[in-house]
Amino acid sequence: MCTYLTETIKITGSGKGAEGWFSVSDASVYFDHPVHAMAEHTLNIDFRNPAKGAGARVAVELTAESARELARAIQLTLDSAPPGMVA
Amino acid sequence: MNEALSAETISIAGHGGDEIEAYLARPLDSGVFGSVVVIHHMPGYDSETKEITRKFAAYGYAALLPNLYYRDAPGASPDDAAAVARARGGVPDEQLVGDVAGAAGYLRALPASNGKVGVIGYCSGGRQSFLAACSIQLEAAVDCYGACVVNAPPEGMPLKVKPVVGLAGDLSCPLLGLFGAQDKFPGPDETAELSKVLDDLGKPHEFHTYENAGHAFFAVNRPAYRPEAATDGWQKIWDFYGRYLAS
Repeated sequence: MCTYLTETIKITGSGKGAEGWFSVSDASVYFDHPVHAMAEHTLNIDFRNPAKGAGARVAVELTAESARELARAIQLTLDSAPPGMVA
Repeated sequence: MNEALSAETISIAGHGGDEIEAYLARPLDSGVFGSVVVIHHMPGYDSETKEITRKFAAYGYAALLPNLYYRDAPGASPDDAAAVARARGGVPDEQLVGDVAGAAGYLRALPASNGKVGVIGYCSGGRQSFLAACSIQLEAAVDCYGACVVNAPPEGMPLKVKPVVGLAGDLSCPLLGLFGAQDKFPGPDETAELSKVLDDLGKPHEFHTYENAGHAFFAVNRPAYRPEAATDGWQKIWDFYGRYLAS
C-alpha cells in the first residue's frame, strides 16, 4: 500500500546531489514503495533543502533490514566517539 | 486498430483554475473516441504511468494524466516532486477532485471526443479514482488496488487519508475493481465490504480478485508485477471501457 507514513525532521549538515554538494535542512523518513530499489516496500530517506528547490535532494531506499543495520551503526558510531567530540 | 498515437505535454486548468502540467495521448485514427483520466500512483507522474497513458491511446482512447504534484515542484523530476508532495502531506482530496474534473473537462472538449470520460487510478490513485467518480459525473471508473476506501488506516499509523466509502451513494458511474488476493491494503475483506455496500445501494460494479497477486501487480517495473493478473486485468479494462466509453 501507499503508507503515507512520513516523519519529517529539521537537520543540519550537507549532502551531495546531482549537481554537487549543498546544505541540507530537512529530512523525510518513510516506509513505502521505492522508486528504484527492487523491493515492495523500503525505508526511504530524503535529505532535502526546500529553499534550493525540489532537485536539492539526496535520496536512499533501503530494505528494512539494511535500515535497521544503518540505524544501529549510526548509534554505535556516535556512542563510540571520544568524550567531548559529540555534543 | 493500428495503435498509432500522438503524445505530448500540455497545460490544463486544474482545481481552483490552477494551471497544471498534464500528459496527453490521443489515437491518430480518424473518428470519435472515448477518453480516460489516468491518476498516477504516489511515486508520481513517472515514465511508467505515462506509458500506461499511451497504452490507452494505442487502444483507441484519448488519455490524460494530470501531474498531481505540479504545484509542489513545477519542472522537477517526478521522484523529486513526489518527495516534496510527501513532505507536505500529500494531495488533499478536494484538490484531487478538482484536478480530475479539469482533466475530464479538457477531454470532453476535444473535437473528436464522444463526450464519455472514464477514470482509472493505481495504488493511492485507486482510492482517488473512486473518490473522483463519487464527486463528479463520469461514465466509468476503475480502481486498481486502492486502499483506505472502506477501512481507516491501521491504528498507530498516522495516515492523513480518510475512508471514502461514505460517498458511495453518489457514485456517478459503473465501477471496475481489480485487486490482489495477497494484498493487505486493501485486503479481500475490505474489497468484499465495498462490493456489499455498492450492492446495497444498487450501484453497478464488478470486482475481480487475482489469487496469485498482491499489491501493484500491474507495475511492470516492480517485483510485484504478476503477468497473468496484469494481462487479464488489462482485458477486463478493455471490456469494461468498451461497454461504457467506446463510441
